[in-house]
Amino acid sequence: MAPNEIAQKLLLQGAQNAWDMLSEEQSQKHITTGSGDLNGILGGGIHCKEVTEIGGVPGIGKTQLGIQLAINVQIPVDYGGLGGKAIYIDTEGSFMVERVYQIAEGCISDIMEYFPCHHDKSSSGQENLQPESFLAGIYYFRICSYTEQIAVINYLEKFLGEHKDVRIVIIDSVTFHFRQDFDDLALRTRVLCGLSLKLMKLSKSYNLAVVLLNQVTTKFTEGSFQLTLALGDSWSHSCTNRLILYWKGNERCAYLDKSPSLPVASTPYAVTSKGVRDAGSSSCKRVRVM
Amino acid sequence: MSLLDAGLATARDAVCRVSEFACPPCQTALALLEERVRLGGGGRLATTLCGLDEALGGGIPLGKLTEVVGPSGIGKTQFCLKLALLATLPECYGGLNGRVVYIDTESKFSSRRMIEIGQKSFPQIFRQEGLAQKMAGRILVMRPASLSDFTKSLEQMKVTLLQNDVKLLIVDSVAAFMSSENERGTTGFTQHPLRWALSFLKSIAELTRIPVVVSNQVRSQSNDDGYHYSFEVKRRGDGDGAERLESHLVAALGIQWAHAVTIRLVFESHSGQRFIKVAKSPMSPAVAFPFIVESSGITLLNDEGIDVSGPEITSIRCQGQNLLGLLPFENRG
Repeated sequence: MAPNEIAQKLLLQGAQNAWDMLSEEQSQKHITTGSGDLNGILGGGIHCKEVTEIGGVPGIGKTQLGIQLAINVQIPVDYGGLGGKAIYIDTEGSFMVERVYQIAEGCISDIMEYFPCHHDKSSSGQENLQPESFLAGIYYFRICSYTEQIAVINYLEKFLGEHKDVRIVIIDSVTFHFRQDFDDLALRTRVLCGLSLKLMKLSKSYNLAVVLLNQVTTKFTEGSFQLTLALGDSWSHSCTNRLILYWKGNERCAYLDKSPSLPVASTPYAVTSKGVRDAGSSSCKRVRVM
Repeated sequence: MSLLDAGLATARDAVCRVSEFACPPCQTALALLEERVRLGGGGRLATTLCGLDEALGGGIPLGKLTEVVGPSGIGKTQFCLKLALLATLPECYGGLNGRVVYIDTESKFSSRRMIEIGQKSFPQIFRQEGLAQKMAGRILVMRPASLSDFTKSLEQMKVTLLQNDVKLLIVDSVAAFMSSENERGTTGFTQHPLRWALSFLKSIAELTRIPVVVSNQVRSQSNDDGYHYSFEVKRRGDGDGAERLESHLVAALGIQWAHAVTIRLVFESHSGQRFIKVAKSPMSPAVAFPFIVESSGITLLNDEGIDVSGPEITSIRCQGQNLLGLLPFENRG
């Protein structure tokens, strides 16, 4: 067969040539994390069609980042966002609605600040920028066991078929039920691999970002106990990108540990009353909530 | 597939349907907010410590697991006693008007002390006839003697909670049955003896929509605790020694438990004062409040709180005071 015919045959089977992939990637929008520095090390933000794992010690701000992304994905296209909806799968119960409201308000106030002339032109656009509409765009699942976790990931395909505007799926955290209730480690690894493959497939076919929040554990390596993300070594292969949140002195930092196209890098960031922002931003964290 | 003698397509379809059925219903965040507003009271149990309540968005949240951790003698039981009392009060006084189950694993519960707290904090209520008895009668105290007793009482807890209109569950303290040997052998994948109890407490909180407050102990740091990631270790030379000395206590039960609790309040003492720190909370800033223990229970010295930056919010210090020599409270009248 001539080379062209071979290429044609492969294309029919679902392959894509690298040039087309590059132009597709370049036109992809990224989901901003709220912090310019953090977007920088991530190459613009969280990528669609990829699975990103974010892990860190308790209290570092994983849930905060998850909520921030669920809000930021909804930023309208006019203001540089994706204008999509979010699915938030909560396994730990740390999704507190008042905080989501506060972060939505913070996002809206930042949009108003950066685009002051925009909402003069379109008064209808202004009406849409209410915290309530951001909250209405988050589909929330509360998962109480690993069976429910498997069920929801299986169900996602049908759900996404019905709700085509979802652009991010966040699971907070993917670890919790698998650490508590699983005794058979080999089975756990198999189940988790299956889940991550499904999520990868969903992210590619529906063009959405998948963000998995993970916990930490200690591991004995190089002669001492060190912190590492939970769920074991085989799980660490399942994600496309990995971001580790940690304390450096008195600052929160993020370290990009794994990425197919970006170098490892770390940058500080902050969690303020408005949500995740650059470190050293002036907004005071303490504001009365509702 | 071979069991059911069905084809791949049928099996896949069956998995889909079962998943859809097993999956919990979806709600939008807006619906959650509206539900929260509808339930009123913000879904919180106010602790009457104004600064702390404000930081926590109204008080201890319902349906979540709140942990109180600190060295012995610092005031965790005093805090729990006051919470137990508050939950029994009628709603007009800020209570939940319900019963309380108090699981006392260290025999620290003192009804005399609780009545005293009540009389000093709410004199107008307790002066009424028979009210003290009614309030105290709503608190069910359980005293499991061993881990198996504790597990057994927890197994029946769901029924107890629902049958008796219980509005608050306190476990003081959850770490009592853990010896340090037990814990050190459980790094990595846990065969933690308390594992079941811990996940059960959390699910019970969600199911019954009541606040569950547990108190936890501290232990000294051991070499088994990891503090850095592999990418950090390469950069650090010998900084570890200095860091270790700064905070020589850690919460018991390990890092998995630390992930599992929704809110962690650290009680610590340093520079001659005691502090309550909001160490982990999805919606609170990192603040510390100085407090003292009086005859009316715990009182904050400063409602504004002190901002704490960095990982210090999670560290537990115990310096500057010989806590073992202190009385349960200082008599400030």
